[in-house]
Amino acid sequence: SHSAADLLLLGGHRECILSGIMSVNGKKVLHMDRNSYYGGESASITPLEDLYKRFNLPGTPPESMGRGRDWNVDLIPKFLMANGQLVKMLLYTEVTRYLDFKVIEGSFVYKGGKIYKVPSTEAEALASSLMGLFEKRRFRKFLVYVANFDENDPRTFEGVDPKKTTMRDVYKKFDLGQDVIDFTGHALALYRTDDYLDQPCQETINRIKLYSESLARYGKSPYLYPLYGLGELPQGFARLSAIYGGTYMLNKPIEEIVIENGKVVGVKSEGEVARCKQLICDPSYVSDRVTKVGQVIRVICILSHPIKNTNDANSCQIIIPQNQVNRKSGAVSPLSRFVSISDLFAPTDPGTESQIFISRTYDATTHFETTCDDIKDIYKRMMGSEFDFEEMKRKKNDIYGEEEQQ
Amino acid sequence: MALRELKVCLLGDTGVGKSSIVWRFVEDSFDPNINPTIGASFMTKTVQYQNELHKFLIWDTAGQERFRALAPMYYRGSAAAIIVYDITKEETFSTLKNWVKELRQHGPPNIVVAIAGNKCDLNDVREVMEKDAKDYADSIHAIFVETSAKNAININELFIEISRRIPSTDTNPASSGKGFKLRRQPSVTKRSCC
Ligand SMILES: Cc1cc2nc3c(=O)[nH]c(=O)nc-3n(C[C@H](O)[C@H](O)[C@H](O)COP(=O)(O)OP(=O)(O)OC[C@H]3O[C@@H](n4cnc5c(N)ncnc54)[C@H](O)[C@@H]3O)c2cc1C
Ligand SMILES: Nc1nc2c(ncn2[C@@H]2O[C@H](COP(=O)(O)OP(=O)(O)O)[C@@H](O)[C@H]2O)c(=O)[nH]1
Ligand SMILES: [Mg+2]
Repeated sequence: SHSAADLLLLGGHRECILSGIMSVNGKKVLHMDRNSYYGGESASITPLEDLYKRFNLPGTPPESMGRGRDWNVDLIPKFLMANGQLVKMLLYTEVTRYLDFKVIEGSFVYKGGKIYKVPSTEAEALASSLMGLFEKRRFRKFLVYVANFDENDPRTFEGVDPKKTTMRDVYKKFDLGQDVIDFTGHALALYRTDDYLDQPCQETINRIKLYSESLARYGKSPYLYPLYGLGELPQGFARLSAIYGGTYMLNKPIEEIVIENGKVVGVKSEGEVARCKQLICDPSYVSDRVTKVGQVIRVICILSHPIKNTNDANSCQIIIPQNQVNRKSGAVSPLSRFVSISDLFAPTDPGTESQIFISRTYDATTHFETTCDDIKDIYKRMMGSEFDFEEMKRKKNDIYGEEEQQ
Repeated sequence: MALRELKVCLLGDTGVGKSSIVWRFVEDSFDPNINPTIGASFMTKTVQYQNELHKFLIWDTAGQERFRALAPMYYRGSAAAIIVYDITKEETFSTLKNWVKELRQHGPPNIVVAIAGNKCDLNDVREVMEKDAKDYADSIHAIFVETSAKNAININELFIEISRRIPSTDTNPASSGKGFKLRRQPSVTKRSCC
């Protein structure tokens, strides 16, 4: 009954971001989701009663938890780096208008049953007992080098070849000791392992830059969080898409992806086929076109008290390093605990033939950078050209009335 | 003079004239071929009410009402909601009750509700009696007016009445907010080190 959409999307959080981008670019977009809410796997669940139902917990939340609808619980918590790619996408698309943010108050690390503040600024690091006086001076020199480093300007390299010199050699150049290297690698560059040490240094230097520049934006920490949970993000991008003519349908069970001559031509829902030229979806809609690449365990705890040694922070990140995981912790006593084990999937092929472009499952990283890389990758597979943030800018005036106060 | 920002969201079936009402209020004009998504993004207008300035931030549906895909974000922090029906189409008045229910479920608890019976310039093809609508609005303590976006009837009055009903001190915790809006960096601040 309808004419074919250029692009049909199914489910998901990054699918919403892509609908926004593609609608702004003039594509005719149709978005369907089998759920009654936005965001798929990484939705914010509200009211609290729904979270209990979802995890098959017996009973209802205790009275002390207040009104269920005042809760938004994120299934896949992740931070936004204040100067990261997702913030850039929000600013370019002006989806920022619909959202309110908070700065996470601090980052902590769990060691030997206790919580310690991760020194997040150089000032804090330099004030800590982590380094001696001479090392502090060398570390400062290193940070200045990183701040000035520009991968497009060889004059800032100072004899380092960003694509060849290993990070280990860069640390050596600045004569940094093991403690400083550990801190820089894990707390600033946010690496999970030490494998990066023997790889070319460009990636690491850019990660440290991202961390410092993010921190410089708001001070307390480099991390931002939407005030009402991550579910606001897909909702905001869905609104952008709708403003540019995109159509949204929730509660649409998907029966079949219709293929003709190896290429997608539509999606069958409730007996009707919606036709399309290209399809983007998350792995849960195409189990025969993805492979399992790992697993993630996520535990959501609702605490009845602030966490010790966090200075009663309203919000914080606590890193539990790998070697601390098996310890019995006395740090928290949750009121409720919700545990999930999810398989991680990746597409088996880039989708160039079938025109079905599949996103990856959310990994265990603590922020959105890999998510944005996936979005850019899907864009490239689909459009055949590199992703460009400029392409995300709104193409028409859609503010009426008075000038917005900036 | 104190400036208060008041978010207002629009609800009601497709085609009842939601966008036209906002367009009339903000731009004081009427476009019979209004683009279904125009102005969907952000419309603002400031009016004086007693010794305050009320800046209305009006959220239109962007067509997301068609498949009932309005997100919780749409209602979040709204000071008022205008639910619109078309006086020449009985079914748009019947579905009004669903929109009220939806609002009660997702909207802030103390939101001001206004019901607008639009297209009152088309009196000779009227299907909804003014009295029935008024009785219903009274039963849910909502503002009620019949409007015409086309002939500019009762549009300003609708917003004046909303201003009147908004509590004079900001008691709505959602709108006072603890968050902030992201902005572009005015200039890149080079970090000087300690
Ligand atoms: C002092 C210090 C400061 C740090 N600061 C930060 C920081 O500020 N920000 C930051 O992001 N990181 C920081 N880190 C890095 C930190 O080690 C990891 O973020 C932390 O270990 C969380 O685990 P991970 O997911 O990175 O996996 P790792 O602990 O590296 O994972 C080890 C293995 O366990 C598996 N695994 C990990 N998590 C799961 C899971 N949930 N489910 C199933 N399998 C899993 C993985 O497959 C992996 O093979 C810091 C580390 C240290 C020591
Ligand atoms: N006669 C008349 N037509 C109106 C009035 N308001 C809107 N319309 C027409 O109704 C149609 C739908 O209006 P629109 O504002 O797009 O409705 P929306 O879908 O609720 O936003 C358009 O053709 C308008 O021109 C009105 O007050 N009187
Ligand atoms: Mg409209």
